[in-house]
Amino acid sequence: MNKTKAKFRLYWPLIKSLQTALLMTTGLAGYLSARCPVATRPTMLGLALSLFLTISGSTILNMWYDRDIDAKMGRTKKRPLPSGTLDANEALRLGLIVSIIGVGIAVWMDALYGLIIFGGLFIDVVVYTIWLKRKTAWAIVWGGISGGMPILAGRALGLGTIDWIGIALMLAILFWIPTHILTFSMRYHEDYKAAGVPTFPSTYGFQFTRITIAVSSVLAAIFIGSAAYGIGTDWGYLRLMAVLSGGLFILAIASIFKPSEQVNFGLFKYASLYMLSSMILLMF
Amino acid sequence: MKKISILDRILLLLTGLLAAYQIVVGMGNVGALAISAYTVAFGVLLVAGLLIIIIGFDVLDSPLVVIVSTIIPLSLSLGLVSQYLPSWQTAYTIFVVIGFLLVVYSRYKMEGAMAVIPLATVHGIAGMTIFLLPIIFSIQDKSPSGFFWVGIGGALIGVGGLLLAFLKSGKPILSKDIILTVLPGLLLLMTAAFVVGFAA
Repeated sequence: MNKTKAKFRLYWPLIKSLQTALLMTTGLAGYLSARCPVATRPTMLGLALSLFLTISGSTILNMWYDRDIDAKMGRTKKRPLPSGTLDANEALRLGLIVSIIGVGIAVWMDALYGLIIFGGLFIDVVVYTIWLKRKTAWAIVWGGISGGMPILAGRALGLGTIDWIGIALMLAILFWIPTHILTFSMRYHEDYKAAGVPTFPSTYGFQFTRITIAVSSVLAAIFIGSAAYGIGTDWGYLRLMAVLSGGLFILAIASIFKPSEQVNFGLFKYASLYMLSSMILLMF
Repeated sequence: MKKISILDRILLLLTGLLAAYQIVVGMGNVGALAISAYTVAFGVLLVAGLLIIIIGFDVLDSPLVVIVSTIIPLSLSLGLVSQYLPSWQTAYTIFVVIGFLLVVYSRYKMEGAMAVIPLATVHGIAGMTIFLLPIIFSIQDKSPSGFFWVGIGGALIGVGGLLLAFLKSGKPILSKDIILTVLPGLLLLMTAAFVVGFAA
């Protein structure tokens, strides 16, 4: 029992629990946005389990592949793999097993759903992490596309098909991701520089990065608002969504004209809160 | 600067949730201008509360605080006038627009006592509207009796506005720490009074 507990404690930091929870929430929101009559407990459980396992699996595989650059960054060098508290092969095996089970459950539930989930995993691990992350700052676009897959998959599971609302929701996540990642890469740009990972701040400068954040915030708000309207979300919830979007936009503008670490940190945190709130509102 | 405590965060979160609730439920069958004005008022309250939770009281150091704290009473009073005194709607909308622009101008282009005059005038008129209109309408039975709670909220917003305005002017009525200690509770009471009043 104690051994299992110790293993669990060792593995848990590999999955970035908050990020996994946020992406799971988007998948659940996508499913519930379909307002389909199949919102049964076994389906919800299968959805949650397959999302949790696939997202966790891809994160573990990312951590396994990036362990060398994690060791060079102050923020990440204490993670289990770069610090040497966990064997790399063990992490690779764990990542593969968890991913395969997650995708397996997804395919067993619905072929289309499984295909999208697998697509998200493939884009995140192979295209984003292995192929592009160390080559170009634009890799985040692929990170954004893979981040948008859970919500698209959830809605496709609910509807049995892909519709424009699902695409809009995916694009909303795609354009939200820069707000999240770029504020982060500005905060830790020295870390990324030391590790040799190209980022927007190191490639194009801080001001261009801030403008990119502002533009992508507006686009994220437009896509999420359009999707919510298409779903038939009540006017009251749409008003609340507009208010929260307004807050995101104002912070993004403030970061351009009054840049400071405080505003940057506020925008980073607010963006996460914004996405979580929007997902909850989509469920109503 | 006082560090934000867990209790402060809880009080501000409750304030935000109440403001979000009011935005969602709306105010019943009111016109587009009124609902827009109410949404802006509670929206600013919600976003400002969230920013204080995230960043802490340091956010109150921004020169924009005076402008943002003017939006709440101005838009709330505009909503009330539009809903209950429709014949005054156009004139009051003009006052709101000009008043807001004057406050923004005074923050950047005026100094000393001159900068306080537009602020005091705009806050005074908007504050008295929020305080008196609901109470008078309740007494005259032109609105449900519980609507007077909006007036109580108006009084509380006036207290909060005064405390912040004097703090920002460098001549605080109470010490900065005391103001920051009472502010989250005051915001929660104010929002709760508005929600109760509008639900009446």
